[in-house]
Amino acid sequence: MRAKVLIRPKAGILDPQGKAVERALPALGFDGVSHVSVGRLVELDTDDPDRLEELCEKLLANPLIEDYEIEVAR
Amino acid sequence: MRFGVVQFPGSCDDRDALSACRRVADARMIWHAESDLRDIDVVVVPGGFSYGDYLRAGAIARFAPAMQAVARHAEEGGPVLGICNGFQVLCESRLLPGALLTNDSLRFTCRQVDLVVENVETAFTGECKPDDRLSVPVKHQTGRYFAPRENLDRLEARGGVVLRYAPGHNPNGSVRDIAGIANEAGTVVGLMPHPEHAVDPVGGSEDGLRLFESAVAYVTGAAREALTA
Repeated sequence: MRAKVLIRPKAGILDPQGKAVERALPALGFDGVSHVSVGRLVELDTDDPDRLEELCEKLLANPLIEDYEIEVAR
Repeated sequence: MRFGVVQFPGSCDDRDALSACRRVADARMIWHAESDLRDIDVVVVPGGFSYGDYLRAGAIARFAPAMQAVARHAEEGGPVLGICNGFQVLCESRLLPGALLTNDSLRFTCRQVDLVVENVETAFTGECKPDDRLSVPVKHQTGRYFAPRENLDRLEARGGVVLRYAPGHNPNGSVRDIAGIANEAGTVVGLMPHPEHAVDPVGGSEDGLRLFESAVAYVTGAAREALTA
């Protein structure tokens, strides 16, 4: 089964990557873009989608600093 | 008394750490696939880019057989020092609280900083005095210490902050200028700066040696207590 895990920095934690992207945009003529945040997308095949949450907690995300969302294609 | 320095694929400060340990005691490398540490008194998890730092710095190293053995060593009260990437590995392993994030500058930072010693009761700071200043280099891009405020208050209340960047020396935006922390027992210590690069006057400072000397004093002192008990 194909699954997608979307990992993003927790709200309220300074995300310098997002800030750097945001600051670069006006120089390229993209005005009015704000609140940029950079996360990570992990795609995988799994036989046991019930264990995806555990997999996220233990490895894919660090729950102290990141939120994650699991999307399973059924 | 023997130090063991864990060597992951991608470690790069392992040899400097080994050489720093050998200035004060016997020491050997621990290959990441090893799981028997019974001959080791003090473990050093060195700096570098273990397993390419894929996913998050230190996230993959946590599952190495050597790290499972290090966790057992720590549970039994054995001293463990995590330096830079080693600190990241100890946080990812949950042997220490908190996490290391990308520097607020987004840049790799390499410079000499002053550290203030705040807790002299740990296995790695017993040879320091409170408020001692140590001159030690930092070199990292993922060194901004973070923990939620309530966790930080708990950490501070129990003396968990071992080292703080001196005023004006915080190189990465670490919360409350935290440079190094300890577990509750004071046996597991992690820090972003590199004491192993500050052990010879040629490098500009010998202050880092104090952490290694403290570990020797801690282990030999504990052995003496066991004999007289």
